[in-house]
Amino acid sequence: MDSFVESLQARIVTAGESGTRLNIVGGNSKHFYGGAPHGEPLAMGSHQGIVSYEPTELVVTARTGTLLVDLEQTLAESRQMLPFEPPAFGAGATIGGTIACGFSGPARPYRGAARDFVLGVNCVSGRGEYLRFGGQVMKNVAGYDVSRLMVGAMGTLGVMTEVSLKVLPLPVIERTLVFDCSGNDALTKMSDLGGRPLPVTGTVWHDGKLRVRLSGSEMAVESAASSLGGDLDIAGASFWQALKEHRLDFFGGTDPLWRLSIAPPAKMPDLPGESLVEWGGALFWVRGNDPQALVALARAHGGNLTRFRGAERSVSFQPLGEAEAVLNRGLKQAFDPAGILNPDRMLAGS
Amino acid sequence: MGQTRRAFNLRHEKLCDILIVSRVITALRVDGSHKMSQQLNEFADELTQILPSEALLLSTEARRPYECDGLTGYRELPAMVALPQTFEQVREILRLCQRYQVPLVARGAGTGLSGGATPHSEGVLLSLARFSRIIEIDPQARTARVQPGVRNLAISEAVAEHGLYYAPDPSSQIACTIGGNVAENAGGVHCLKYGLTVHNVIAAQVVLMGGDVINVGGTALDTPGYDLLATMIGSEGMLGVVTEVTVRLLPLPDAAKVLLAAFDTVESAAAAVAQVIAKGIIPAGLEMMDNPAIVAAEDFVQAGYPKDAAAILLCELDGTVAEVEADIQMVSDLLRESGARTVDVARDEAERVRFWSGRKNAFPAIGRISPDYYCIDGTIPRKAVAKVLAGIERLSAQSGLRVANVFHAGDGNLHPLILYDASKPGEFERTEALGGQILDLCVQVGGTITGEHGVGLEKINQMCVQFTDQELDQFHALKAVFDPDGLLNPGKAVPTLARCAEFNAMHVHGGELAHPQIPRF
Ligand SMILES: Cc1cc2nc3c(=O)[nH]c(=O)nc-3n(C[C@H](O)[C@H](O)[C@H](O)COP(=O)(O)OP(=O)(O)OC[C@H]3O[C@@H](n4cnc5c(N)ncnc54)[C@H](O)[C@@H]3O)c2cc1C
Repeated sequence: MDSFVESLQARIVTAGESGTRLNIVGGNSKHFYGGAPHGEPLAMGSHQGIVSYEPTELVVTARTGTLLVDLEQTLAESRQMLPFEPPAFGAGATIGGTIACGFSGPARPYRGAARDFVLGVNCVSGRGEYLRFGGQVMKNVAGYDVSRLMVGAMGTLGVMTEVSLKVLPLPVIERTLVFDCSGNDALTKMSDLGGRPLPVTGTVWHDGKLRVRLSGSEMAVESAASSLGGDLDIAGASFWQALKEHRLDFFGGTDPLWRLSIAPPAKMPDLPGESLVEWGGALFWVRGNDPQALVALARAHGGNLTRFRGAERSVSFQPLGEAEAVLNRGLKQAFDPAGILNPDRMLAGS
Repeated sequence: MGQTRRAFNLRHEKLCDILIVSRVITALRVDGSHKMSQQLNEFADELTQILPSEALLLSTEARRPYECDGLTGYRELPAMVALPQTFEQVREILRLCQRYQVPLVARGAGTGLSGGATPHSEGVLLSLARFSRIIEIDPQARTARVQPGVRNLAISEAVAEHGLYYAPDPSSQIACTIGGNVAENAGGVHCLKYGLTVHNVIAAQVVLMGGDVINVGGTALDTPGYDLLATMIGSEGMLGVVTEVTVRLLPLPDAAKVLLAAFDTVESAAAAVAQVIAKGIIPAGLEMMDNPAIVAAEDFVQAGYPKDAAAILLCELDGTVAEVEADIQMVSDLLRESGARTVDVARDEAERVRFWSGRKNAFPAIGRISPDYYCIDGTIPRKAVAKVLAGIERLSAQSGLRVANVFHAGDGNLHPLILYDASKPGEFERTEALGGQILDLCVQVGGTITGEHGVGLEKINQMCVQFTDQELDQFHALKAVFDPDGLLNPGKAVPTLARCAEFNAMHVHGGELAHPQIPRF
């Protein structure tokens, strides 16, 4: 085991004894997300490097401080990628922070989420124990699936030191088609596309325009493109990049940004602010100051609301049901009994 | 094509037995042939208040069909069998179990291969067989909400009219239930491209020991809080009883073609798999069989396999018609370059089904040539396959037991089938010992002791090889969050540290695995 991990363990054990709370920091690119960070900074950014990568195994293992851009670059050199297309939200983003937040990009409904591609996690628990779950193989049901539990847990269950991820080949080509249409028509079209065996890997509607991304072999993409019609967006690649990284105009300005994750509705809901629809109609980004209306919408559509940027941080996530909340608190207790890892970042009051 | 695209005929005496078993649901309560403790008697009396009398089996004859799952070497009669039909009944049963501290083991179709559904002699065996209703199909959202006792294949059959299917297709799909699939994170031959159960189940309703109900996952693409759905999947009935499952459905592809490539060495077949992946192609299915498996399958179903080949690969490609044509050509060329002796593309749907039938019937084919067989389920990095197969051959020679190998080559999941005769004294124990050595080998090359069949009772010792005490402790702590009294499926999936201490001591000193004298329960 390397000295970094050993000193990390020592630090966590000491913190546990003294009740010192730790704020785990990768590249600090997602500090805006969830409850406000507090506690002594625990820097992970120096724990870098790809531990193993064999393209024909479709698996990469990296230390969690590895920069997301570096990892993606390495994969791209072998014409592979992280299929869940995680947003970085900053050049310093690390793979550890990426997995801890569990964000996925535009391809999410079509290729899967961050949690779908996590094969294994090594971590130091709140007890200071170095633990390895899952592994470097595609299929593994030995023990409970703690690796996936870590995805989106925001470091509250353990400090991840290494992650193993399933990777996939980069598509040979990509095309972006643009259609002028209303929100309602866009939702219908998105739903229709999802029900057909087409190489769709992204859909987004904003400001009267629906964009559809097709990726795959040349033959599959070209034949789908010609059957779907619409206009070709020659700046497609940079559009999806800007969308993923929230660099479109819609994401600028200072109004709070809300993330409404719901079962795709048949018609545009009555939203209290400007919106952008992704993920085949399953994700609505909304600007504005009326979270109450959005919470009501989320409930009505079997989903949930997350505060993304701006507004009051202490209520970032929608409250859980009673029985689910008991289990969430129990899990936190089971992995981090002293409650020192990223306190209040995910579950208020713990 | 279409409707039966993922449906394969499965002939398997053992499986048929299992099917029959799961239908033995109307056996009547026959009183008193076995003695239960005072406390269990009181518990049973309370159960009769909840369940109609025909739904509580107490007689030895009625309980007998439930004494084992697909791993028939492990048997135990449950104190009683409950066959609830409503959600409220399940809740009440779990409440009562908690109150009386009675252990409970959930059971789907009993096709599990790791003893996960082996009953507890002092507990209730809870059969979900009567929860066999497809509650709702939403073709627009491409989801189906089903009860846990619904058979895997029944979902694809029910949604085929909408041009949809449920992707994970274990070979046992005509019999196994979605509840059992969730508990084992079941996979199938199409997992490389379409994922395992964990990738295709989007929500579940779960009753916890004591009767609390949780809803995990949902129809939105993410949910707040920890990913309890991921935790439930593959948890082997240790955390809660799944009472409802929502699955994601996929559109049936326009076209699918399969090719059959024969190789003179296992190494060249393994290398060819790597070549296909390196080319950026993810086949819908990529399966490998070694010579003993080829011969057994060919003799059984006449799939058209060359019986003198050292290994064959079955590679299925799907997509649009034009895309499949192009890919099939590319992969055929690639396989020839990698040393395939012959490459045959199935000319029509009938031949495609025939090619697959050999693979899908590999287990029963082995069952025909040997009185018994024992299926191992290790997963390894693909690059280690030639090394591991050579190691298995060596271990097989040492033990004097024959081994045939079928392999989900795309994702490295190896199923060595050990041929043995349970009626010969000591042979099952030798088989288990060989199985243990094979799993050790899988762990040594960076793999895992189980890819899709679960730990259950069977691989509980090997958990001590794969995990440290601290890791096992963390699993126990997780289990305690869901089931503090340890009443769900006790003794399975995660060994106690005491047991590991004992096992590791023998493991090191004796050199032999899985000493039969270690108590199993
Ligand atoms: C011939 C054959 C081929 C097979 N091929 C494959 C294959 O290709 N891929 C594969 O993955 N597996 C395969 N299997 C193994 C087996 O079919 C799977 O593990 C399947 O998922 C078990 O489902 P079941 O309904 O039979 O569950 P059971 O055997 O009844 O139970 C399995 C486990 O699930 C738990 N359980 C069942 N229902 C519930 C519930 N509702 N709530 C909570 N826990 C529950 C049980 O307690 C037990 O631990 C095969 C088995 C056979 C016999």
